[in-house]
Amino acid sequence: MPSVTPGGAAPAREFSTIGRRMRKVDGLAKATGRARYTDDIQLPGMLHGKILRSPHPHARIKSIDASAAERLKGVHAVTTGRDMPVPYGIIPWTPDEHPLCLDRVRYVGDGVAAVAAVDEETANEALGLVEVVYEELPAYFSPHEAIAAESGPFIHEPRRPGRNGNVTKVVRLEFGDVEAGLAESAVVVEGDYFFEGTTHTPIEPHCAIGMAERGGRLTVWSATQVPHYLHRELARVLDLDPALVRVVQPPVGGAFGGKSEPFDLEFCVATLAMKTGRPVKILYTREEVFYAHRGRHPFHMRYRTGADENGMLAAVDAEIVLDGGAYASFGLVTTYYSGQLLTAPYQMPAYRFHSTRAYTNKPACGPKRGHGSVQPRFAFEVQLDRIAERLAIDPIELRRRNFIGADTRTVNDLRITSNGFLECLDAVEAASGWRRKFRKLPFGRGVGVAGSTYISGTNYPVYPNDMPQSGVQLQVDRSGRVSVFSGASEIGQGADSMVAYVVAEELGVPLEHIRVLAGDTDFTPVDLGAYSSRVTFMLGNACIDAARRLKQQVQEAVAEAWDAKPGEVLLAGGLAMRKGDTGVSMSVRDAFNLAEAKFGTLGATGSYDTPKDVHGSYRGATIGASPAYSFSAHVAEVRVDPETGFVDVEKIWIAHDCGRALNPVLVEGQMEGSAYMGFAEAVMEEHVFKTAEQGRAGLHNAPSLLDYRIPTSLDTPALESLVIESVDPEGPYGAKEAGEGPLHPSIPAIANAIHDAVGVRMNSLPFSPPRVWAALQNRTAAGAEGAGDGVAKAGRREREGGSGGVAKAVTP
Amino acid sequence: MLRLHPFRYHRPETVAEAVQLLAQHGQEAMPVAGGTDLLPNMKHGLFRPGHVVSLNRIGELRGISTIAPPSNGHRPGDSFVRTTGATGGTAGHLRIGALETLHDISAHPDVRRRFPGLAEAAGLVAGPQLRNMGTIGGNVCLDTRCTYYNQTAFWRGALGHCLKKDGDTCHVTKTGKKCVAAHSADTPPNLIALGATLTLAGPNGRREVEAADFFIADGIRNTRRAPGEILTEVRIPLGRPSARSAYQKLRQRKSIDFPLLSVAVAGDFANDGSVASLKGVVSVLGARPRLLSDWEGLATGKPLNAGVIRDLAHRAWQQCRPLENVVGDAGWRRAMVPVCVGRALEKLAGLGTRPDR
Repeated sequence: MPSVTPGGAAPAREFSTIGRRMRKVDGLAKATGRARYTDDIQLPGMLHGKILRSPHPHARIKSIDASAAERLKGVHAVTTGRDMPVPYGIIPWTPDEHPLCLDRVRYVGDGVAAVAAVDEETANEALGLVEVVYEELPAYFSPHEAIAAESGPFIHEPRRPGRNGNVTKVVRLEFGDVEAGLAESAVVVEGDYFFEGTTHTPIEPHCAIGMAERGGRLTVWSATQVPHYLHRELARVLDLDPALVRVVQPPVGGAFGGKSEPFDLEFCVATLAMKTGRPVKILYTREEVFYAHRGRHPFHMRYRTGADENGMLAAVDAEIVLDGGAYASFGLVTTYYSGQLLTAPYQMPAYRFHSTRAYTNKPACGPKRGHGSVQPRFAFEVQLDRIAERLAIDPIELRRRNFIGADTRTVNDLRITSNGFLECLDAVEAASGWRRKFRKLPFGRGVGVAGSTYISGTNYPVYPNDMPQSGVQLQVDRSGRVSVFSGASEIGQGADSMVAYVVAEELGVPLEHIRVLAGDTDFTPVDLGAYSSRVTFMLGNACIDAARRLKQQVQEAVAEAWDAKPGEVLLAGGLAMRKGDTGVSMSVRDAFNLAEAKFGTLGATGSYDTPKDVHGSYRGATIGASPAYSFSAHVAEVRVDPETGFVDVEKIWIAHDCGRALNPVLVEGQMEGSAYMGFAEAVMEEHVFKTAEQGRAGLHNAPSLLDYRIPTSLDTPALESLVIESVDPEGPYGAKEAGEGPLHPSIPAIANAIHDAVGVRMNSLPFSPPRVWAALQNRTAAGAEGAGDGVAKAGRREREGGSGGVAKAVTP
Repeated sequence: MLRLHPFRYHRPETVAEAVQLLAQHGQEAMPVAGGTDLLPNMKHGLFRPGHVVSLNRIGELRGISTIAPPSNGHRPGDSFVRTTGATGGTAGHLRIGALETLHDISAHPDVRRRFPGLAEAAGLVAGPQLRNMGTIGGNVCLDTRCTYYNQTAFWRGALGHCLKKDGDTCHVTKTGKKCVAAHSADTPPNLIALGATLTLAGPNGRREVEAADFFIADGIRNTRRAPGEILTEVRIPLGRPSARSAYQKLRQRKSIDFPLLSVAVAGDFANDGSVASLKGVVSVLGARPRLLSDWEGLATGKPLNAGVIRDLAHRAWQQCRPLENVVGDAGWRRAMVPVCVGRALEKLAGLGTRPDR
């Protein structure tokens, strides 16, 4: 049974390490400035590279003349697209990018040429000497316009002649009979929603260093989340033997999905290093981070949601247009995720989605924390709130009634195992004082609720293969020190710490005797990367696998010395002890030495692969399939200033079912960080572009952390984390993900709270002061014509038709 | 990262030396104090001085002191005497050296007691680290800001440049020949409302300029400071003990941001509580803070109550039209003029404080 552990107390008495509140193994190094990030690396003779970027949103490259740049004193090499003609893309079916543009630029900021020089100043000067002749092409900034285009030039050549090359992907899936479900519904709520794009804003800009050695070896250090994919793509695009390519991932200063595919700088440092024979570093400026983007797609969404008179969902119909930017990135997956991940934690007998991703001449969108499902979750949870209001059902109660349950299948055949969603709802309801606040706070103050689910990794990897998704290798020293060679990427989330906790738990070794070596393709087994919330589940299981193999050897050796059975040998607290008679013991070091004497040099590997064939049989059924799903519920409390439109989010109660909290401190950190990031997107972030009327269409509105505003600590609400542990049958010690799920409900919970506070529906993000103010003005202008629904407190009725959008409610 | 270009860095120890260095290097030279505005602008390629003259070692530019009024000043029981607002005249004044940091000004007991609006404004500039470096001299001389100007060289190149730098088009007004980059400093509206005087030192000696006359409606160079001059001090007339001031800053975040709109009000009250004098300044409109006109008469002789505040706020709204020159919806910003003016006046009237942004 799931248990609530408010504040993340450690309940798990069956464990010695797991479940305790512990430091990160790399925490001290990062807090004291000892951690060495990619840009901290200085190599002898290192050159500095810079990338020349397109000033046009869409243009043909007629010619590039770099001769003057090459002649500049201090310049060692210039490279262009022609040096790297092989296309790539993180999804093997959509390779539509080149390290530097070959013949066409597709957004303001697209890379055209790169130089390596003795210092950054010289490299910058050299960029100014590269002569590029462009022929401008018509550009598309709206996905609707891109989709409507009847003839070229398209942003990309169509894969088949006669098709619209501006369309990346179309997915249309229907489960059950949606029209019949809607027709039979007692209430159908219909609404249009818009999710403005946002970007990741990691504090560390992307950075890479290339070093080529005689004999053909190439090393690339990069601030990446996916060293393995980078390894593969470097070898493929640059036509190198992958066994001679090494990718090293130093500590990463934040990623959030923004570093989960190869970027131009990684190919450029490699090529420039091979050309010059000297190491080459490229560090993005903050502006370039905004151009690299791969952030959350703008979504235009239309939902129809039908329910019976008790609020039980009958049918859901979604029409979604994704604004993809200039390249495909993960867009194929995003397009599926826009629909596939909506089918829990609520039952829905019939569901249909039709999602179209279009190219536009803007920086490419991709995966950001909660990839593909944050936008529809916002719309859907607002829809649920409106149904609850129409039916005069408490919105938490409505969500409870529709709970899909544990050990079940969703309408689109996703396999649900553990499910602590009801406990999440209970926890936020109690902690927030919901019953004394909802519809009862004075005008200007309100509470809102929302729920969600997310994957713990994907059952199918980005490129098809039958090998494990994650691997770990352990090596033991005679001193008692255990080294963990982890393929996974520590990006601040705690991957290195997590494997240390696992080893400590299994082998009884003190944490300070464990070394974690990660993110180096020359030394570590393969893990596919830090994305899709896959690391704890997959790497954790792989590490348990390795540790238990080693443990078995140690137990056997000690059992032999004690004339006991292996199962009677316990390893904990730095000791090997005899079960039932813990007075009989020896140090773990002595136990390791016994095992080494018996078996030879000690070491073990472990791996994890996902369950296959637990999904539906339709095309696309594998996308969204995960070994386990996390569940979250939030209540947000807001204070709206009706004169200015400012929304102060005062507090968010975050309940999250993470299966088991291996270290509650890190789980709470992920919950708070997620809720913060969702809150930031809800009230502030706008990744937008200038229009032609504003001087230059497609030019980034504000590529700086001054004018692309993310909340400061003073703006951030109080955050209370309520850890729910449903103990998943397949997760490591029962753990599931915690890094992305708890972002989702923030946004709709805030939207619903704004409605409770001032009676307007915010259907377009962000809920910035101008938009909230305008919504309130429209509501005032509309006067008292709003239809009474019997739920909203006096003077605060929901105006049908909403505001900040064009939602309308339809009763058949 | 964005790089600073190479330049010579000078560290004179007197005003005379600083002025001489600026004169010697002419257009090649720029003065710097805290550097919180100049250095980012240099990294964006907006300025490329070959010589940067640091003012930080000039002791004469420091200090906050009250220069007492002459003995024939106001006494308790005096009937209302209108202060002229003129320079350090008979009423005495507070002198603030131009190098005083925004933090120190915001925390100074005399500033807080006599000029709460100024203290508040200084304490709302950017964030704590920047207030520890940024000076009042720098804040008064802050370059105007615009969404088409405070960008990197690459970005401005992709735009095709603008009137303020390297181009001939204003992307805000489209047609105008005049730069409308926004005056975005927090302290000057208060200095204007308080009738402060600024002292400039240049090759021809020193001169005084009223804060109200210091700014001009030209976004390219919006002050009367000549390039070879440095601001040495700010003097604020003390006024009567009954004088009050307040500041209201509109911004999206509770820290870091430049204002999207700013309102400074200063007034004096008769013994019966009615308004004796009142000034209001609204900024972040164009290049020059706007001293509200036809305003004082709406309030003089009346108590500063809700109805009067509403009238004053409406009059301000009629006069103030924010432009699309900073990142923030101009229509909303205009609608916020009466809200912010109203809130500043509520503070002034002692009707309570509502959130600054």
